Amino acid sequence: MVAFIIRRFIQSLFVMFVVALVSFAMFQFIGDPVNQMVGIETSLAERAALRERLGLNDPIVVQFWHFIVNAVSGDFGISYQHKRPVADMLLERLPATLELSAVSALFSLLVGIPMGVYTGLNRDGFLAKVFLTVSLIGISLPTFLIGILLIFLFSVTLANAPAISVFGLFAIDPSVLQLPSFGRGTVVDLGGWRTGLLTADGLKALIMPSITLGLFQLTLIMRLVRSEMLEVLRTDYIKFARARGLANRAINFGHALKNTLVPVITITGLQIGSIIAFAIITETVFQWPGMGQMFLQAVQNVDIPIMAAYLMLIAFFFVVINLIVDMLYYVVDPRLRVDTGKATGHG
Amino acid sequence: MRHVAYALGLATAVAFAGGASAKTLNWASQGDALTMDPHAQNEGPTSTMNSQVYDSLILRDSKLAKIPGLAVSWKPVEPSVWEFKLREGVKFHEGQPFNADDVVFSFQRALSETSDFKNYVNSIETVDKVDDYTVRITTKGPNPILPDQISSIRIMDKEWSEQHGVQAPQNYKEKEETHAVRNANGTGPFILAKRDPDIETRMTVNEAWWGWGVSDPKTNVSEIVYRPIANPATRVAALLSGELDFVLDPPLQDLARIKATPGLKVEQVNQIRTIFFGVDTGVDKLRHTEVAGGNPFKNPKVREAMYRAIDIDTIRKKTMRGMSFPAGIITSPGVHGYTEALDERLGYDVDAAKKLLAEAGYPNGFKVQLDCPNDRYNNDEAICQATVGMLAKIGIEVSLNARSKSIHFKSLQNKESDFYMLGWGVPTLDSHYVFSYLAASKGSWNFTGFADARLDELTTLMETETDSAKRDAMIKEAWDILKASNVYLPLHHQVIAWGMKDGLTLPIVPNDSPQFRTAQWK
Repeated sequence: MVAFIIRRFIQSLFVMFVVALVSFAMFQFIGDPVNQMVGIETSLAERAALRERLGLNDPIVVQFWHFIVNAVSGDFGISYQHKRPVADMLLERLPATLELSAVSALFSLLVGIPMGVYTGLNRDGFLAKVFLTVSLIGISLPTFLIGILLIFLFSVTLANAPAISVFGLFAIDPSVLQLPSFGRGTVVDLGGWRTGLLTADGLKALIMPSITLGLFQLTLIMRLVRSEMLEVLRTDYIKFARARGLANRAINFGHALKNTLVPVITITGLQIGSIIAFAIITETVFQWPGMGQMFLQAVQNVDIPIMAAYLMLIAFFFVVINLIVDMLYYVVDPRLRVDTGKATGHG
Repeated sequence: MRHVAYALGLATAVAFAGGASAKTLNWASQGDALTMDPHAQNEGPTSTMNSQVYDSLILRDSKLAKIPGLAVSWKPVEPSVWEFKLREGVKFHEGQPFNADDVVFSFQRALSETSDFKNYVNSIETVDKVDDYTVRITTKGPNPILPDQISSIRIMDKEWSEQHGVQAPQNYKEKEETHAVRNANGTGPFILAKRDPDIETRMTVNEAWWGWGVSDPKTNVSEIVYRPIANPATRVAALLSGELDFVLDPPLQDLARIKATPGLKVEQVNQIRTIFFGVDTGVDKLRHTEVAGGNPFKNPKVREAMYRAIDIDTIRKKTMRGMSFPAGIITSPGVHGYTEALDERLGYDVDAAKKLLAEAGYPNGFKVQLDCPNDRYNNDEAICQATVGMLAKIGIEVSLNARSKSIHFKSLQNKESDFYMLGWGVPTLDSHYVFSYLAASKGSWNFTGFADARLDELTTLMETETDSAKRDAMIKEAWDILKASNVYLPLHHQVIAWGMKDGLTLPIVPNDSPQFRTAQWK
């Protein structure tokens, strides 16, 4: 076990190093940060001086070495555009991204699993067919399009919709259901962690972005649970359970669903990394003030320190999540333990 | 029944909130200001934000004409000395009185090593306080456009800056941000109430502003709230849904939609930015293609042929959807020295262009690479694509190289381009700015190899000529020389469009910098 973890850990370090190297090499091709930083009137001499001050004239190996040494101590340098420490900026943006990712992961699990179970149990049901067809949209439409469609429906259309009259007595204004098309709403600062979960309009602002971000995972989980359910329901122990006269409810949820969850947990774990990483697009569409949005702006402005730090952070998330999933495997799946050690005696 | 009542209650609450906050102005644009430090970044959005909070000695009205700001009057007392009489009784937002010390301090700050506004003030030798409300600026030589230049220099409080250790704009080397990056203490029409970069910036109206009833009628906007929205579709959606009152930069393709929406309107004006192509006449051989004779651009007939082959009306109608003003010179209406006569284009004439090419020795045309940005100007790449087709009609085979602005401008500065697109704005609003960068043989953005001794001489002379009639004649002569050379093939002046609610009056400004002091709610 210890040897396994150490081996994994060394592999992870290597992955981080490669990511750093690749991202650093990439930055050589995205243009000149100095051009973005100074006005067009700035003379060539001043530009050269600035380039020198930023260390852009050092050989690439030296720049990379400085970057690695500083990054290990948590110092990602100072943003060219904002002139603030990148580490601080990322930390400020982190809560927004994590809250959005967590809510969309929850959304995809809480909606995806029941839908998967339902479609698994009622293979030919009308509703199941509807779920499957709709879920195709979730997989095939690009995220930004889903986001824009939601904005169009729930922000623009509802805002301009005429009031609905009820028996000529009241008028209900559909615009009370209108959702904000951008931003996080009101946030509460809890000791540096700015949360939108504690205010009504903060929660309201979460709805559309988390659906947009979670739709793909929802589809994935639903289809995964469905196919696992179909498989498990065919197994002998389910037949045996039926023969014992157990209630359908107990069989479906107590026996079948439980056994489908191992791959679901694995996939969910791995998908959390992608949710965080792919939040870039959702954040841009909804002007969600998270890290992904900052990264995209940094790309446009050639703000190399932010780009480098963001890529490293995302790589770090992936590596850590993978590490945890690997270790969970070890804990959850008895077969892995069987192969390597003590249980061999039984054979 | 209870649900209906609840919905009704909510609806009333929303309606009430709407009524109460009608004096707030919510607006958005693509990108936030980089800093609130008024001398640290000479960049459009940053200047816009700062100009709400900080005043300059000289302000601009919505037509960009100079009007008294913190200076009530100014005049040259000697050829190279300007004297400014300052406004009395003005206070900074935190209560400090404004006087000549603050002016001297602010100019020194703008001149310091880390300032991004050095180019506006580098003609200044010294700034001296004569008395508390009189300042004299001595320039290195006579400088007729000093008042234009210093309208960009915003005035900070000396005591406040010393108290917070921000006597100089922030240096890239410093690891911590300075106090002035997120805090501001100006004398301007709005007070910075909350600054959350890239998320939200709130400014409340400065009831005590000196300019109410002096430079502008008192605004009935109580607060301006700015939130950047990077995605253009979301920005427009937020305007259509009523969450925003004003969008600075709606995308061109959505203007019709905004206009057609009841309760919204679009304001348009020409921008102080002209888009054009440049050709390098200076090199002996083109860098990217092999052409017999080396560099065809050396021949004026080739340049004229290319000019005449560009069908600018089609570009305006199809590519720009009507959102451009075809240009005959590379500067816009509103810049001193611009005249309508100069702005006349050579006629579009494919046959004449073919003939000119044949006369120049290229009856079958030639191959050339066109370098374009794809994220800098309105529809930049599409304009270049249209041009490729138009030049093909006279036999010039153009390969288009469209790339990000960060790569495009670097490559231009490394002199790696034969044929390129560029757009030019004029912050000083004086033609000299164009000549000194784009036309003078040593101009730092002159990548055309164009060198004309008389034009160089005129450019130098107009820097110090204080007689305005003589200076205007020089500008005219210089424009004639540049225009006749056709080293720049002018395309059009960009158009600015702002989208806003019908109930809002906000005069559009050709420098794309809204002056919220002029905003009024109906």
